[in-house]
Formats: sequence, C-alpha cells, structure tokens
Amino acid sequence: MSAPAVVVEDPPEDYLQEHTLKSWLLTTDHKRVGILYMISVTVFFFVGGAAATLMRLELMTPQGDVLATPDAYNRLFTMHGVIMIFFFLVPAIPSVLGNFLLPLMIGARDLAFPKINLLSWYVYMVGGVMGIWIMIFGGVDTGWTFYTPFSTMYSNTMVVTAAVAVFITGFSSILTGLNFIVTVHTMRAPGMTWFRLPLFVWSHYATSLIMVLGTPVLAISVILIALERLFGVGIFDPAIGGDPILFQHLFWFYSHPAVYIMVLPGFAVVSEIIPCFARRPIFGYKFIAFASVAIAVFGFLVWGHHMFVSGQSMYAGTIFSILSFLVAIPSAIKVFNWTATLYKGSLRFDTPMLYALGFIGLFTIGGLTGLMLASLAIDVHVHDTYFVVAHFHYIMVGGTVMAYLGGIHFWWPKISGRMYPEIWGKLSALLVFVGFNLTFFPQFLLGYLGMPRRYYEYRPEFQVLNVMSTAGASILAVGYVLPLFYLLLSLRKPANAGPNPWGATGLEWQVESPPSVHNFHEPVVVTCEPYMYSPEEAEREYAHDQRVHNA
Amino acid sequence: MHTTSASTTLDESQPLLLSHFDDLEQQHNASNLGMWFFLATEVMFFSGLIAAYTVYRALSPEAFHLASRHMNRVLGFVNTLVLLSSSLTMAMAVRESQLGNKKRVVWFLVATAVLGVGFLGIKAVEYSIEIHHHLLPGAHFQIPSEDLTEMKEVSSTPEELGLLKGRFQMMFVLYFFLTGVHAFHMIVGIVIVLIMANLMRIGWFSGHGTTQIEVTGLYWHFVDVVWVFLYPLLYLID
Ligand code: HEM
Ligand SMILES: [Cu+2]
Repeated sequence: MSAPAVVVEDPPEDYLQEHTLKSWLLTTDHKRVGILYMISVTVFFFVGGAAATLMRLELMTPQGDVLATPDAYNRLFTMHGVIMIFFFLVPAIPSVLGNFLLPLMIGARDLAFPKINLLSWYVYMVGGVMGIWIMIFGGVDTGWTFYTPFSTMYSNTMVVTAAVAVFITGFSSILTGLNFIVTVHTMRAPGMTWFRLPLFVWSHYATSLIMVLGTPVLAISVILIALERLFGVGIFDPAIGGDPILFQHLFWFYSHPAVYIMVLPGFAVVSEIIPCFARRPIFGYKFIAFASVAIAVFGFLVWGHHMFVSGQSMYAGTIFSILSFLVAIPSAIKVFNWTATLYKGSLRFDTPMLYALGFIGLFTIGGLTGLMLASLAIDVHVHDTYFVVAHFHYIMVGGTVMAYLGGIHFWWPKISGRMYPEIWGKLSALLVFVGFNLTFFPQFLLGYLGMPRRYYEYRPEFQVLNVMSTAGASILAVGYVLPLFYLLLSLRKPANAGPNPWGATGLEWQVESPPSVHNFHEPVVVTCEPYMYSPEEAEREYAHDQRVHNA
Repeated sequence: MHTTSASTTLDESQPLLLSHFDDLEQQHNASNLGMWFFLATEVMFFSGLIAAYTVYRALSPEAFHLASRHMNRVLGFVNTLVLLSSSLTMAMAVRESQLGNKKRVVWFLVATAVLGVGFLGIKAVEYSIEIHHHLLPGAHFQIPSEDLTEMKEVSSTPEELGLLKGRFQMMFVLYFFLTGVHAFHMIVGIVIVLIMANLMRIGWFSGHGTTQIEVTGLYWHFVDVVWVFLYPLLYLID
C-alpha cells in the first residue's frame, strides 16, 4: 500500500494514540484487543463478584433470609460459577496479558491472525451478553456443571440458552488458542529459538493446546444437552437407554484440563515476576517449560477424579486416583523451581512480587488439598461439601486471580505507560491475601465438619465459621476494588514509566511504554537466553528507577 | 510457462504480504498451520461423538446390530464415491493454483462444490426415507415391527426389552447427529469453496491465491476423511 515516505519518518505513535470508538472496535492490533478484553473481563469479574457477595450475605445466618427462595440461591451460585469460569477465569490471563504480550515477547509485530483475534473478542462478547441476559431474565439453577439428568429433564430454567452461550464462548477460546499456537510456531524473531522463549510463552503455548483440544469436547457436551432438552432424544435419559453419566465423562474430559486453562497462564505470569524481583535467572528453565506441556497432556487423563461417587467402578476410581497424583508432579516441579529461584535471590517486594508470593502460598494449599481430594477415601467423605468449595477457590481465586492481578501490576507500566502508587498496590495485595484466607480457610473446616455445598440454609453450629468467611469476603472485596481505582487514576498522569521500570529482561521491556503500533522499529534479533539478570547491573538500574519514581 | 514466483504478480487489489509478516513463506506457513490446528479441534469434536457411539455399541451390540440393518448401504457407498471424487477435484484445484492456471482453478472449485451438493442431495434422500419409516428419534420414533419381534425374542425381562428399545433409538440419535454435523461441515465447505471460486474469478487474490486455495483444500479433505471413518462405522460394522 502506498504510504508517502514522510509519514514513515514521523516519530512512531504509541498504540493508544487514536481515540475514536471506531478505532477501538475495528482494531486488529493485538495490544488493543487485549485492552478490549481487559475491560470486558473486569466487568464480568465484578458481576460475578456481586453474586458472590449476595451468597455470602445469605450464608451469614443459618436460615434463609436474604434471598426469597432456595431457588434464587441456586440461580445465584450457578450464575456466579458460569460467569467466573467461562467469562472471567478462562479468558482473563490469555486474552488480556497473553494477547498484549505474546507478540512483544517473541519479537513479532502482531499475532499471526489479527482479524481472527478481533473476531474472538466479538464472539466472546456475544456469549457474555447472553450470559448477562440469562441472569436478568430468569437464570439457571443447574450449577456451572449442568449435570444431567437434572439439567436435561427436571430443571425448568434457561438451560438451553446457557448451553448456547457457553458453546459460543468456547469458540472464542478456540480462536485465541489457535492464534497463539500458530504465532509461536511461525512468528518468532530470528534467534528466538524454542529454548529462548520466555516461560510466559511456553505456558501460553501449553494452554492453547488444551483450548484447541479440550474446548470442542465441551462444545459437543453442551450441544447434546440442548438437543436432549429440545427433542428428548434420550442420550442422557436412562428411561430410554441413555446414560446420565456419559455427560459427566464428556464434561470433565474438558473441564479438568480447563482447570489448567485457568492456572497455566497463572504459572506463566509468576514465572516472569519471580526472576525479575529475585534478580536471578529462573531455576530449571527447561523443567518449567516441559512441565507446562506435560500438564497440558496429562491433564486429559484424570477427569474421573470428579466422578468417584458417580458409581464408576472401584477399579476406574483407583486408576483415576493414581493418575491424579501423577499429574500433580509437574505442578510441584514448578513450585520447587520458583522457590529455588527465590532462595538466595536478592528479593524486592514490589506489588507484583507480593502478588506472586501470595500466589505460591495459596496455590500450594490448593494443590495439597487437591491431593487429598484425589485420594478416593477422603473424597468420598468430603465430596460436595465446602471442603471442595475451599479447594477450588484456593486454586482458582488464590491461584489464577492472584496471578492475574500480579500480572496486571507488573505490566501496567508497559500497557499504560504509567506507574501506580506503590503504597496502594502493596495495600491491595495485602488485603487480598488476608481477606482471601479469612474467607476460604474456614470453608475447609466447614467442609470437613460436613457442611454441604449448594445449600442456602445450614445447621446453627456452622455459623461462627460462616460469619468469619463473610467477614473475610468483605475485606477481599475491598482488596479487589482498590486496584480499579488507583490504576484508573494513574491514567491521568502523563506517561512516566519509562521502558523498563523494574529492570526486567525480555523483549517487551526494550520497547517504549506504551509500545508503538507496530511494536518494534527495527527488526529484532535475539542473541541470548531468557532471564539473563546480571545481579549488579540490575541492582543499579533498580536503584536508579526507584529514585526517578519517588522523585 | 507461467510465472512460478507469486510475489512477481502483485496487483493492487490486495497487498500480497500482510504487514505483520516478514515474508511470504512465513505467511503461507502460518495459514497452513492454522488450518491444521483448526482441524485438530474438529477431530476432537467428532471423536467425542464417535467415542459415545462406540461405547453404546459395545454395551448393546444386539440393539445396534438391529438398528444398523436399516442403514442404506448402497446410498452410503454412492455417497462415498461422490465425496472421494470431490476430494480429487479439490486436489486438482490446488494443483492448478500452484501452477497459476486461474481459470482451471475456478472450474475445479465449481466441480468440487457441485459434487458436494450432490452428496448432500443423496444424504437428503436417505434422511427422508428414514424419516418416512419413523426412524427419526423423538416423539414420532417407532421401532419397526420385525425388529420388535426379534427384540422380544432375545430379551428375557421387560427391563431388558426396554433397554434394547432405548438403545435401538440411541443408534439413530448418534447416526443423525454424526451425519448431521458432518453435513453441516459440508455446507460450510461448499460455501467457502464457492466464495473462493468467485474471488478467483474476479481476480481478487494477488499472486495465485495458492495459500487460500490450499487451506480450503485442507478443510475439504478433512471433511471427506471424516466421512471415510463414519461410513464403515455407521453402515458397515456388524
Ligand atoms: C470474591 C470472593 C468469592 C466469594 C465470597 C465466593 C463465594 C462462593 C460461594 C458462596 C459459592 C457457592 C458454594 C456452594 O454453595 O456450593 C461459590 C461457588 C463458586 N465460585 Fe465463588 N466466590 C468468590 C470468588 C470466586 C471467583 C473469583 C471465582 C472464579 C474466578 C469463583 C468461582 C466459583 C465457582 C466455579 C463456584 C461453583 C459454582 C457452582 O457450584 O455451580 N468464585 N463461590
Ligand atoms: Cu479435575
């Protein structure tokens, strides 16, 4: 195309320069698509959070008093689950940070398919708007897992619409996954070999594999539900030869790996933050890289641990139990490697680091209780109690949301060009950590004592722990809302972050903040391994930047 | 001899190299790889259903045996031939696009689409016969009387009979779903092929459109291959 030469010589515009609505809604710039996603997932997070708040209020007292009926509670926890899982956790890190950073990190000007990238956001929004629609016009009471035969035969709520919304959103995941895989394969800058890729990229590569291979299975499961409800064909109806358990097999074949769709990107973020604030190359780079891929592959073999009490054979239960233990190994490898990196590092406790340390702590607790659940005998005892609720919140909220917030704080200077007030950042990290533990630790005890999940009333002796949990949730809420304010306020200042405020390594830190439209001005050539932190130099840079920011 | 280097035939309608790629080879590889991974998602999509079919078949071989007898093997076979020919014409279209014979590409694409429509037509005939015999699952489903007698003979309790009946219908549920999803893919494929043919005709592609035609070809062959699995699975196994 014929751009006059003068234009080329103008100073490069940063990607935020253009302000029209059209320039945002029709953008194909991976950075802008990332921002579109950031706005959307934030909205969904707070909608899901509002549902959680109502639930916790309801559970403050043993009798049902906040919500009119048990049915309303059922709809609430379903929408909370559906929104948090499909519209927040699955897209959050890959679609916001992954979209923004992946091309920058490998030295590319964009993702391989920029238009498909924008399309994936629209597809996501269509699914999301349907999700909100369902919430306003009636709701669904099946839980986010849509278990048959309840969902297909008994529930008289908007199951079909919800199934279609999930189906549609699935395509957005598939498109993102495809785009990432192809980009990593074909768009790396010269010299950016596979083993020079930042671990962020490895994790996203593994995540994308799961998205591409797992999501279609979810897609057929929800379509089968819709068909069964509409036409009563009998796939899941035992009365006419169907099998309700078949749905669980199909669903968990996707949804266990989906847990890793949520948490592998969290690993990705933490693997960048830890070496930067420990001022050391990450320990065991290759182990972490391969562990990501191993998790992606083995994650497909353990779905049966969600079905220990579904009446599957003892034999199958035992196998799934053992396999589940095995899949924990790669995750444990990562935790060990991060700890080893921290050991003897010269640690800096800036906000992203606080979030990352919080991640390691919470994820470890979530992971260990996951092993308890993977042991057949314990699972039979705590199945469908608050023990499970606590476990998955430790993994998903303690893990993924912590990592997401850590990542947002880490790359905010890159994304926006602005520094945020460090003191507020630290406060939010602290509130989230304390509030989180106060909310969810009591739930382990509740579950162990026998309080079932998905009930809106409970026996009075559980009240103390429930009140603690609700108190924790309000602290947590403050911790989550704070960043919204100070990050947005930081936008009012002129860009002051400089290209590399943390003294980090990686190509994304070598371009200006915010980056220019085409990312790089000159062709990139990579000549060294990732995470080449030279402790002394990093030290000097860091001291310098701190002076600048505090001035 | 036609020119073989695509980059020399740049025209104004479309930039040959999109701005975020370094060279044509990279762009070509990206498109191809993208289609391969997309097809991997499709494989997963079908394999969940095929797994369900296999499991139910293993659980009730008698019911599936009885039900499978109603498959129209002849029409299925004719359709396999039609589809394989369409794969051939598609391959020819790709070949011609590499050689730069745009006219022939258009014709081979149109031929592919026509064969695809033929496949769907035959499939529609098959469906209508089955629907006529009340074999479409749902409220109107009826087990043919001769099958019912056979089922009564092999089952000793009413529960067993009920299960057999249910599984008999299950075979048709899976048959209609699998072939229906396949037919849907065919429809999408035909639309894409026709769009490609038209873009080729109006000279919309700079270069020879080789990448686009190749990627379309990958998709088309994939849909054919799925049928090559479905035909024996649904029609032939006994
Ligand atoms: C912010 C504080 C949060 C609180 C207080 C909270 C509270 C709750 C409560 C009370 C339940 C219902 C448990 C039951 O009755 O079984 C629940 C379920 C659930 N939560 Fe949260 N939640 C929070 C955040 C999150 C987040 C951030 C996510 C995901 C990102 C999440 C994902 C889920 C899921 C998937 C369920 C299961 C829903 C179902 O049973 O269908 N939660 N949560
Ligand atoms: Cu699992």
